Amino acid sequence: MVELIAKSAAAGLLPRQIGRVSLSEAVFRPITGISPYAGMVAQAAAAVTAAHGVGLPGPNRLVSGKGAEVLWVGRNRWLLIGPEPDPRLTETAALSDQSDAWVSVLISGADAAAVLARLTPLDLRDRGFAIGTSARSELFHMPAIIARTGAVEWRVMCFRSMARTLVKDLSVAAQSVAARAAL
Amino acid sequence: MRLATGGLIDRGDAVSFRFDGHSYTGFRGDTLASALLANGLKVVARSFKYHRPRGVFSAGSEEPNALVTLGRGPGAEPNARATMVELREGLEARAQNCWPSVTWDLMEVNDLFAPLLGAGFYYKTFMWPRAFWDKLYEPLIRQAAGLGALSVTANPDRYEKAYAHCDLLVVGAGPAGLMAALVAGEAGADVILADEDARPGGRLNSERLQVGGQPGADWAATVLARLEALPNVRVMRRTSVTGVYDQGTFGALERVGQHLDTRAPDLPLECFWRIAAKQVVLASGALERSVAFAGNDRPGVMLAGALRSYLNRYAVAPGRRVTVFGNSDDAHRTAADLLAAGVHVAALIDARPEARCDLEVPFYPGAVVSQVKGRMGVEAVRVKTASGTQAIVSDCLAVSGGWNPNVHLSCHLNGRPVWDAALAAFVPAPDAVPGLIPAGAAAGVMSTAGCLADGARAAGVALAALGRKVPDLALPEAEDAPYRIRPLWVVPGRGRAWLDLQNDVTVKDVQGAAQENFRSVEHMKRYTTQGMSPDQGKTSNIGALAVLADATGRGIAETGTTTYRPPYTPVAIAAMGAGAQGAGFAPERFTSSHAASLERGAPMIEAGLWYRPSYFPAKGEATWRQACDREIGWVRNAVGLCDVTTLGKIDIQGPDAGALLDFVYTNTFSTLKPGRVRYGVMLREDGFVMDDGTTACLAPGHYLMTTTTAAAGPVMRHLEFATQVLRPELDVQITSVTEQWAQFAVAGPKSRALLSEVLESPLDPAEWPFMACGAVRVGGVAARLFRISFSGEEAYEIAVPARFGDSLFRALVARAEALGGGAYGMEALNVLRLEKGLLTHAELHGRTTSFDLGLSGMMAKKKDFIGRAAAARPGLLAGDRERLVGLRPRGPVQQLTAGAFLFAPEAPATRAHAEGYTTSVGFSPTLGHSIALGFLKSGPERQGETVRLVDHLRGIEVLCEVCAPCFYDPDGGRMRG
Repeated sequence: MVELIAKSAAAGLLPRQIGRVSLSEAVFRPITGISPYAGMVAQAAAAVTAAHGVGLPGPNRLVSGKGAEVLWVGRNRWLLIGPEPDPRLTETAALSDQSDAWVSVLISGADAAAVLARLTPLDLRDRGFAIGTSARSELFHMPAIIARTGAVEWRVMCFRSMARTLVKDLSVAAQSVAARAAL
Repeated sequence: MRLATGGLIDRGDAVSFRFDGHSYTGFRGDTLASALLANGLKVVARSFKYHRPRGVFSAGSEEPNALVTLGRGPGAEPNARATMVELREGLEARAQNCWPSVTWDLMEVNDLFAPLLGAGFYYKTFMWPRAFWDKLYEPLIRQAAGLGALSVTANPDRYEKAYAHCDLLVVGAGPAGLMAALVAGEAGADVILADEDARPGGRLNSERLQVGGQPGADWAATVLARLEALPNVRVMRRTSVTGVYDQGTFGALERVGQHLDTRAPDLPLECFWRIAAKQVVLASGALERSVAFAGNDRPGVMLAGALRSYLNRYAVAPGRRVTVFGNSDDAHRTAADLLAAGVHVAALIDARPEARCDLEVPFYPGAVVSQVKGRMGVEAVRVKTASGTQAIVSDCLAVSGGWNPNVHLSCHLNGRPVWDAALAAFVPAPDAVPGLIPAGAAAGVMSTAGCLADGARAAGVALAALGRKVPDLALPEAEDAPYRIRPLWVVPGRGRAWLDLQNDVTVKDVQGAAQENFRSVEHMKRYTTQGMSPDQGKTSNIGALAVLADATGRGIAETGTTTYRPPYTPVAIAAMGAGAQGAGFAPERFTSSHAASLERGAPMIEAGLWYRPSYFPAKGEATWRQACDREIGWVRNAVGLCDVTTLGKIDIQGPDAGALLDFVYTNTFSTLKPGRVRYGVMLREDGFVMDDGTTACLAPGHYLMTTTTAAAGPVMRHLEFATQVLRPELDVQITSVTEQWAQFAVAGPKSRALLSEVLESPLDPAEWPFMACGAVRVGGVAARLFRISFSGEEAYEIAVPARFGDSLFRALVARAEALGGGAYGMEALNVLRLEKGLLTHAELHGRTTSFDLGLSGMMAKKKDFIGRAAAARPGLLAGDRERLVGLRPRGPVQQLTAGAFLFAPEAPATRAHAEGYTTSVGFSPTLGHSIALGFLKSGPERQGETVRLVDHLRGIEVLCEVCAPCFYDPDGGRMRG
């Protein structure tokens, strides 16, 4: 028998506070990929709502409820974050466990948007990227999911294997922004 | 010489700096150029080709002469324009292109040979002997000519890239830009106002003009403060908009840290912005141009508007006896400002016979400057009037040939500017860039009042396009003098008359180009180099094409301009590549076992973006080969462990999952039972092999596909294409789960024993035959186990959620070591699979077919699959194609190399006789000799034959025996266990 110890994607790298931005890792929450079968989107949305209290949002949207979040991540693809998926969801959708597939970093603070503007071409202004917006884009050289979870709070999700690069890129950008703020 | 009063400098804040090794003092608010002039320095640079002494010519980013190198060492920055370098404490600048010093430059000897060195000289002279060009001529010319030099070491400075988004981008913060930003800002639009100057205001900072009842510079500062108080306006100082790109994207370079006395280590030197804007007001102003006459490049000759900048903004008089020469009313303004500053005006020379002047200066209407006397500076100016010529003693000559609207950005999407005869200048073509509205001097409006009104108008147009209301803002009062110009390009006469100061191009050079029939303006540019270099001919392009137009008997409009391309001003590659130096070049992907592998001293090799251990060194081993051989022995005799997480894993679910697999693989998968794994090959649409791998059936309608590391992305894309485009009717969902699972190969005769130790229940061989798969539990965690082998031994791959990867790897390695084995790296993995003749992308290199690889039998006959029709083309099934074989050395030379060619033993080793090539080689400790995989014409039919391997690059020749690709345990008994 062996004893296995869980290690998060950015273990040892976060949290960090740089200038007016803090970076922290959201760890060990179940993440489930939901891809409804052909013609089953409405049924799948109803099943998710019934089981977890939040439905399947439209493109570039994130919905959150009590302990559960769902974000749109592509054509016929959503991620359910928070709860273990209700087994009945498999009747309408293909589920895939992705709890360990992502490194999820929360960026919060007054300069969060300025830091992200160093790395992603997304228009992060309030008008175009209100709270509850989630987009697939790039973060410097990496594919990423970027979601706005608060007025000055954003979540960035990248491939787990790229955690170190993600933390480095975010940190370098935050250092530049902090150095500018100190002028 | 510094004036006693005036200027927008801070006289209470003296700043010391060094130029060419000497210490000087200036004031905060100076540029390096104004400080050098204030210290009486006339010669600040040497010209590109003839090494002629040159002085400050302009007061802006168009500067052709005063290029300097800033700093020393790796971060030294060549070709900085002294006119754009803000003075800071401790600034160190050096003159370029001179030795031993800028005032005494040995290479000035070039100037004596000027008659020999005109445009086209190199092309004609250095043609022969041909071999001399690379070795002798070019290095010599490069050393003699040129600009500053790079340090040739990695740049240690931090640079930054960033994105910005706005409704309206206003380029330039002169009167037009400020007014446009104010109107749009008050209307509530998101506005970015970018200005290349540290002090926005444009010409308002350089003229003695009143705007709205206050000095122009004060009005600009007031408006700026108002704009900065608006939450929807972002003022970007020191930011040059450098390029226009598709769909409303603009490049801009911001100078962030260069101007500071001390710079925090994290502060970027510069930031390269990409700005997305819905509308743009181009208020980039106008650039003054010179007139070509003999000696018009001498230090002390400068643009008349620049002289006003030095007088009014920096309180510097570039001379004590100044002559002013122009062809519009604008030149009179320079004379008036000189008088107001108490500087002696030696003469005001106006090329227009009808000109009038009421200033107290010697006035020469209808006259021209025909020559400048002096070498290291202006000593006298020769004036040609209707009655003859005379010399006027002067130490400075201010020249104005008129103003060219800054049309550059309007031309970056290939629009051509339009000639305006009344202005004697090009103006932007309408709608040359979608959503870009030229305004103010950039649009040919030359009075302050006109610019203010035009800026407001342009903002109105932009606001209408944005669907916003235009606020009612009163325009401030300002001068509205007419701009009366009479075109004057060249004053004929003896001596060299200069057009392009930066590239040393004269009127005669351009005329010579026309004579040589380089009549197109683009050809003239290439022939003479006029308009090249960092300044891109900002002060010379229009003058040069006017000369060309005259020389070819065409009009200026007909002659046209050369192509305007980004960047408008130089952008350091370091800024464009910010963050991508060194390890920042690409993301780094690490497996969960990375730290544990490093702890064991494993050198890492890159596989795509992944880092994988090459081998695990042990004490007493001198070479990687020793480690590799040892690790192979572990797998063959005990048990080895290898992280195979990097292989692509694709989760495939749905009622039609089997149908999709049948469609993408050549062989059949819909018959695969739950708990079983099958090897598959997939083709591209052109019939060549795309990738291979195993797919496991986890449950009815639920499969897990494994791809090679290199093809994980392409295969996912291939499946997306298949499901979205080719077979949209299939009810199947695909998801990449590569990152979810940490997966380890456990290989060797003791693999089952090892797994039985770590799994919650021991492995029953009856339940786990070769190619079985299923769910297991390890340490309380749900895991997946696959009995597959890439080594030819009894082997398994175990997958756990990635968070447990580190922990499981360490546990497996510890137990493997206890069983006489351990972790193995990529080198061993490669030899193990070579011994078995298993394939990688060295063999699946995109030009091989299933037929070539001996996998024709896997192409199902009863179903369709991607690539089936194309793979059946007769040429792809010809027996004499180069087909997969194994090779072993047969003779005294034992070394095999990959990438070598194969020949018949007696045939010459030339291309026409090549019969194949090698793809993978390795030393097999199991067999005791090197082995190779390769492709050989009719290969499978030639087993036992001898071929000659020739590696032309490494100079290796080896006789080889052709054999079957599988060298080890060909019937697979060990693998099946």
